[in-house]
Amino acid sequence: MVTAFLAALGRPIVAACRSAGDLGLFALEAISHVFRPPFYGRQFLRHFIEVAYFSLPVVALTALFTGMVLALQSYTGFARFNAQSAIASVVILSVTRELGPVLAGLMVAGRIGAAMAAELGTMRVTDQIDALTTLSTDPMKYLVAPRILAATVALPLLVLVADVLGAMGGFVIGTVKLGFVPATYLKASWDVLQLQDVTSGLAKAAVFGFVIALMGCYSGYRSKGGAQGVGLATTSAVVLASILILALDYVVTEAFFAQ
Amino acid sequence: MSSQRPTTLGVKLIGLRKAFGPKQVLDGVNLDIPPNSSMVVLGGSGSGKSVMLKCILGLIQPDEGVIEIGGQDVLKMSARDRTALMNRIGMLFQNGALFDSLPVWENVCFKLLAQKRITRRAARDKAAEVLAQVGLAASVGDLSPAELSGGMQKRVALARAVAAEPEIILFDEPTTGLDPIMGAVIDGLIADCVHRLGATAISITHDMASARRIGQQAAMLYRGQVVWTGPAAQLGDTGNAMVDQFARGEREGPITMELRR
Repeated sequence: MVTAFLAALGRPIVAACRSAGDLGLFALEAISHVFRPPFYGRQFLRHFIEVAYFSLPVVALTALFTGMVLALQSYTGFARFNAQSAIASVVILSVTRELGPVLAGLMVAGRIGAAMAAELGTMRVTDQIDALTTLSTDPMKYLVAPRILAATVALPLLVLVADVLGAMGGFVIGTVKLGFVPATYLKASWDVLQLQDVTSGLAKAAVFGFVIALMGCYSGYRSKGGAQGVGLATTSAVVLASILILALDYVVTEAFFAQ
Repeated sequence: MSSQRPTTLGVKLIGLRKAFGPKQVLDGVNLDIPPNSSMVVLGGSGSGKSVMLKCILGLIQPDEGVIEIGGQDVLKMSARDRTALMNRIGMLFQNGALFDSLPVWENVCFKLLAQKRITRRAARDKAAEVLAQVGLAASVGDLSPAELSGGMQKRVALARAVAAEPEIILFDEPTTGLDPIMGAVIDGLIADCVHRLGATAISITHDMASARRIGQQAAMLYRGQVVWTGPAAQLGDTGNAMVDQFARGEREGPITMELRR
């Protein structure tokens, strides 16, 4: 009775540890292929365009409206303490340090992570990944490494755009609706902004890009069964990437904060 | 595709065993396929045919046994030697397994491009040449696999399998899902390609007509073991109750009795 209970308790823990180990080995193998030839430039370019260019509208809209809402909400709160002048600082710091990378990461996880998992999952269940092996091509090198590199490079660029648009959203609301003088608002934003605020956000974005592609590729590559397996892979890619983004956000923030 | 000197590569399986959890899929498979011959492996669903092919290709690692290709034990080879050997093998997957993201011409010449044996410009001409060998127009090369019918996809997959002129070609249920006429066409193309390349061929199929058309020799796999080998022309009249029942598609017989247990 006790043994059975302990076994039932331990089984999912062992399974979780095994999955974590498998994911770690998968990540190491993928990273090693990024640096070892042959390199698949066309594959990299295709996925870079998919991540950077085709995710631009959704990331841009998210950042713009987030900046606008942030300015409005900050005004509501700060007005109670006569601290409205801090709105520009709050908007620019929140967007560059946190909201830009995290929201862009979550949006890209939903869009690109799911697409990667679905594509690789479908390739797995239709034998296309096995076919690659029989055609003198390492699937990790051809399918996984270019996707991981593309997302890791593309996400900081997306976040740079998100930073600008988020700040612009706050500026528009601040000047048009809340009555700030444009030059004053811009000066307040510029004075408070430091290089590290932007670089820490971009570093987070690179980490998030890596995590999104890794989870998408891992879930798709290891998917089993038919359509149901691909569906599960897609779901787990998005859910795990989102959780990891939020968890790693804290870890990276802590690392930069400690400096 | 030029006519080639017959290959010297044969395939020998000795005591091949593979289990997935408690299920013993291959239980000591012994099979000898001489160079430049065509072997058809028959067997019911779940009898281990596809697993056997994947073991030969190195996609699945067997638990025990020996896989000899050209007299060399594949499982004891270095990774580099094994990759070099695998480059001499072509495979036609059951559902074609064409790459959706690539046009047909790139699918056909994928291996040649991967091995840098051809430039992208020359690959289009090569693809047109190989597509013609399987009865498809050069214009098909610009289509995507999703735009093709099932029969055309099978032909393109066959073109891809033979484009790099392999010495061993594996066919996984090449006529499954095709109408009888298209199945006969594909069988004819397979037989032509294997003959032209002088290759060793291993096919797995449920289709008796197909087995007789493409195979010189046949083997029956049952419960993870080879229970019969003989000339493919004899199928249906082998004297082995299990094989004859399977070949004739009869409900009554030793296989049905086993399934009823």
